[in-house]
Amino acid sequence: MDIVGNVLPQVLKDEATEDKGEMARLQSFVGAIAVADLVKTTLGPKGMDKILKPTGPGQEMTHITVTNDGATILKSMYVENPAAKILIEISKTQDEEVGDGTTTVAVLAGELLREGEKLIQKRIHPQHVIAGWRIARDVALKRLRDISTENDINSQEFHDDLVKIARTTLSSKLITSDRNYFADLCVKAVLRLKGSSNLDYIQIIKLPGGTIRDSYLDDGFILKKQITIGCKRRIENAKILVANTAMDYDKIKIYGTKVKVNSMDKVAEIEAAEKEKMKHKVDKILKYQPTVFVNRQLIYNYPEQLLADSGITVIEHADFEGMERVAAATGAEILSTFDAPERSQQVLGHCDLIEEIMIGEEKMIKFTGCKKNEACTIVLRGASTHILDEVDRSIHDALCVLITTVKNKRVVWGGGNSEMQMAAACEEEAKKVQGKQAFAIEAFARALRQIPTIICDNGGYDSAELIQNFKVELQKGNNTCGLNMTDGTIGNMSELGVKECLRVKEQALMAASEAAELIMRVDNIVKCAPRKRERA
Amino acid sequence: MSLAFDDYGRPYIILRDQGQKKRMKGLEAYKSNILAAKAVANTLSSSLGPKGMDKMLVSPDGDVSVTNDGATIVEKMEIQHPTAKLLVELSQSQDAEIGDGTTGVVVLAGKLLEQALTLLDKGIHPLKISDGFDRACDVAIKHLETISEEIDIQANEHEALIQAACTALGSKVVSKRKRELGKIAVTAVLDVADLARRDVNLDLIKIQTKTGGSVEDTRLISGILIDKDMSHPQMPKEVNDAKICLLTCPFEPPKPKTKHNINISSAEDYKKLYQQEQQYFIDMVNLVKASGANIALCQWGFDDEANHLLLQNELPAVRWVSGTDVELIAMATGARIIPRFQEITPEKLGKAGCVKEVQFGTSNERMLVIENCQCTKAVTILIRGGSQMIVDEAKRSIHDAICVIRNLIKDNRIVYGGGSAELACAIQVLQYADEVSSVEQYAIRSFADALEGIPCCLADNCGLNPITSVAQAKSRQLKENNPRIGIDCMELGTTDMKEQRIYETLSSKKQQIQLATQVVKMILKIDDVIAPDDY
Repeated sequence: MDIVGNVLPQVLKDEATEDKGEMARLQSFVGAIAVADLVKTTLGPKGMDKILKPTGPGQEMTHITVTNDGATILKSMYVENPAAKILIEISKTQDEEVGDGTTTVAVLAGELLREGEKLIQKRIHPQHVIAGWRIARDVALKRLRDISTENDINSQEFHDDLVKIARTTLSSKLITSDRNYFADLCVKAVLRLKGSSNLDYIQIIKLPGGTIRDSYLDDGFILKKQITIGCKRRIENAKILVANTAMDYDKIKIYGTKVKVNSMDKVAEIEAAEKEKMKHKVDKILKYQPTVFVNRQLIYNYPEQLLADSGITVIEHADFEGMERVAAATGAEILSTFDAPERSQQVLGHCDLIEEIMIGEEKMIKFTGCKKNEACTIVLRGASTHILDEVDRSIHDALCVLITTVKNKRVVWGGGNSEMQMAAACEEEAKKVQGKQAFAIEAFARALRQIPTIICDNGGYDSAELIQNFKVELQKGNNTCGLNMTDGTIGNMSELGVKECLRVKEQALMAASEAAELIMRVDNIVKCAPRKRERA
Repeated sequence: MSLAFDDYGRPYIILRDQGQKKRMKGLEAYKSNILAAKAVANTLSSSLGPKGMDKMLVSPDGDVSVTNDGATIVEKMEIQHPTAKLLVELSQSQDAEIGDGTTGVVVLAGKLLEQALTLLDKGIHPLKISDGFDRACDVAIKHLETISEEIDIQANEHEALIQAACTALGSKVVSKRKRELGKIAVTAVLDVADLARRDVNLDLIKIQTKTGGSVEDTRLISGILIDKDMSHPQMPKEVNDAKICLLTCPFEPPKPKTKHNINISSAEDYKKLYQQEQQYFIDMVNLVKASGANIALCQWGFDDEANHLLLQNELPAVRWVSGTDVELIAMATGARIIPRFQEITPEKLGKAGCVKEVQFGTSNERMLVIENCQCTKAVTILIRGGSQMIVDEAKRSIHDAICVIRNLIKDNRIVYGGGSAELACAIQVLQYADEVSSVEQYAIRSFADALEGIPCCLADNCGLNPITSVAQAKSRQLKENNPRIGIDCMELGTTDMKEQRIYETLSSKKQQIQLATQVVKMILKIDDVIAPDDY
């Protein structure tokens, strides 16, 4: 019914709903803030973890995830609220783009909307709020870039920065007590990549057993496969042929081919021909004179036997990524045809030693002293698969941040320093701006300041007092001050060595403000009738 | 009831399955139709103008999209009511024809229907109303042409085009970067435009999206971006001075279309066949290599063996390139699409300055950029943004802007925005109304009122007092005889739209008024709605 009382005809489908104006806005605010509140307790070094329990029949107690990673938490949640979905979406993008800060981005967007809601209640039009936020974002971004520093990529300072950044990222995770150890490990792994940003080349092998401290970065490269029975278990000075070829029986690839014979003899003949073809292929492979043969596909008994007879160690059924890593580590070319043995020198990979090793209870193949050494392996040990999974996620976060830092090179101080600086910049700007937008700029500053506040709260410290002291320190011109979360005081970040990657902060700021703006602009939510699902 | 009686007094049924049908007739039908259509228009009206708000739409599968684009909103609302659906089509036809102004057209139709409702209450026949609207529409269109101005699209580094693009982008979520995005859109269109024929083939502008970064990172690539990577991980990631071989046949043994069987009956046959097969691969690669190509792009897949042969011969290749991309690359690089290996000749190769692989973020996603193509007639706009929703909305916004620029290249006449053109037309229509002596006079007057509804709505959305500001603008237009006075939406302190440089294309405005009038006429002609009851 409209205001006058006329009965309006039904325009949308049954079960579809339309919320307008205040109602729509309320819905988005509630949804977005709820999501932000959900993840905000995981923020900071004293943040808590969440248990994610899958729903659905038969899975109640299996696959439980314990995590502190914002993106993982948000990804696994089912939410109905569209604004909440937007927050989840930005968290995912943050994960894909920089790998860390996934909680921060959702919390910041949520805090912005919380402040926005207050402004709306004061009867300030959303467009004015957005206009203010836009000014604030530019100011904050400028300040953020101004306070960042850059070191030469080869210098010792840069290396130290990387370790500090990794330590900061890891400090909020489960492995915080061993963060120095892992920070060092991650930095070494990333530096091995020599500037390439392909994370695939860092393999993480998780093996339950031992303690977290038993994890290590292998100086060689480990392939999670076994050497075929009957071959040598230890090869020194190996020449490796990496192949992707069918070694079962070679299918005839010409379309429409059919074998049609009229006698048993012919069958035998063809079988022999087939065998010969295989042998021919093996011979061609042998011409390359490898000592190790790694194939992506299965190798049948016959060719395996032929190869083993020639003293070649065979590794079959290596997965695609594993192959690429072997190729990257040993400098081999991935072959599918074998007609150019004269290129043997170019295509074969080299390494000093290949041996079968036992980690825990599993047999693996270890390549040491590789030619190019661009791929590497991190072996994680831990008491349970849940711990290992969480350590894996933490390491992944740290690696992502490090790679981003290597690319971007700029760093800022951590411990809430950058947020407080940005907030200060926004507040200065708010004093200069005429009109209602100024309220929104102040609100932006408050939202930014919420991040260190939440970190304090999570640590059980008196956030109100700490943040005020923090403000005062900054005002005094102490640009390296930040939260010391071990003592609950304001400390000097350069002494504590807490650094963060500029790119992560930048991306979080931009994504959060874009998302908040997007939600703020909405004045109408139309939900279509849900699609009817037929139960099988 | 549609129940009739025959000569003997027995009832017979005219409509089949009458009991299961819902029927509305006469005034009831008119009003129901108009109210339904108005409901849609009302939803859209708050999206109009630079300070318009967005709508959040949740699809049946729970996917969320946020948009300001009229055509997208009505399309995703899944409207059920038959008359309201007419408005959906209205918005879509504006989108197809012009590409911009999809919200405005629906809002105008809504205002017209609102007026029609009061006229119906006065007891005026619907056909008289639609006649009046028709005549008023003609007057308005004619007046639009007289107040339109030709602009020089070349002057001042295409400043006029950029301004028009900014006007189109101003109402979207990307409005903060409207100047930058406007420039990107203008450059893109001008790169591919055929200025002699005043035509733009929009297929040549590819809009690729990628989440991550922010809207500021959106950029124009003078070349083509395809979402593919090299077929073999060890192929070179960059090919300079590329000679591109564009294939639409797979690197696999041929598959004749005729049904056939090859029977192998002896070991010799088997061996021969094997050799033949090997030969195929070698021949294929050699043929490509012999033509002088240094990169092969293929619409189909490769066999592992062929793939390695390509690597061995230092011939980087890309597989599974989509059909549209193949055509685009062909146009841009001057390559001929080659359907058979035997037909590869050096002349058929396309040339580009550089083909390289670029990587985004940490997720290891790679794309190929083909830059400095021989005939630079294809460009790609790579849109970045914090989330999928923003990227999608930015894509729609840029599409709108591109359409506006194209329309300006086709027809460089503009009218001024901010509701000034509608206001000027309303004044003209009102004058004309007094000359008409029949009942239509009322309809024509109402048409003028409806046109005024647009600036009213704009003012409303910007938080101005609609009645005061429209009255002021109207009186100034009359006093100064200046059709460029509109609503100062951006609060810049002037109501002269020429000073604010709010440009809209004449073709879009004309189309809006014409289409809206047509749909309203159509709705006014319906006096009977028969539908299944449970619909």
